[in-house]
Amino acid sequence: MSETNEMTLIASKGTLDWAYPPLILASTGIAMGKEVSVFCTFYGLNLLLKDLSHLRISPQGNPDMPMKMPFGPKWFQGINFGPKIPNIMWNIPGLELFATSMMKKTMRNNGIATIEELREICIEMGVKFIACEMTIGMFGFAREDFIEGIEFAGAATYLDVAHTSNQDLFI
Amino acid sequence: MSHQTLDMCGYNCPMPILKTKQALAKMDTKETIKVTCTDKGSKKDFVAFCNQLGHTLVSQEDDGNKFIFYIEKN
Repeated sequence: MSETNEMTLIASKGTLDWAYPPLILASTGIAMGKEVSVFCTFYGLNLLLKDLSHLRISPQGNPDMPMKMPFGPKWFQGINFGPKIPNIMWNIPGLELFATSMMKKTMRNNGIATIEELREICIEMGVKFIACEMTIGMFGFAREDFIEGIEFAGAATYLDVAHTSNQDLFI
Repeated sequence: MSHQTLDMCGYNCPMPILKTKQALAKMDTKETIKVTCTDKGSKKDFVAFCNQLGHTLVSQEDDGNKFIFYIEKN
């Protein structure tokens, strides 16, 4: 048994697919009675922006991504186009958006919550989000770009929070 | 015995756990909730969830497609 029941996550990635793991773990952690803090740094800041609609997946340089169509007959949906499409194809403008909309449809078909829904639940249940002040400055974001109720701080604050926690994950 | 019910069929991880947690928060101790879901991961997840929070997993049914959990609030 652990002495404390705290969990911290560092969210460092900002694509649609990588937005899921920190939000799923944070919400589940808090549902399981933990105190959860998520430190969002670099591209992970995307998770805290007011507008999440621009989050995308990128098949570019990601040859492991299974790519199955979320519509059509069963046999068609079973085909994995991922390894069949040369990666250079994803340079074509618009294809990343297409892949993103296919991914969103696949998620809907599978009853997976949207990033917006998950984030709302996280906030409702009391997950503490910390936005990395240094990367906000570096990327030229303004505080108004971010949702209400989050903390703005730096590495020392994260380490202070993590000091008493016993589950810390870098994502 | 009357109990609360929560239908999470069609919802995937982590929604069944999150909604159950929210429903439990509104209940009194010793009250029971019946959760129905289709998420295959839930079979083990609800055991872990109850174990962690001290709720009692009174019973668990599985007909291959649907999983039903009776959870008594701690």
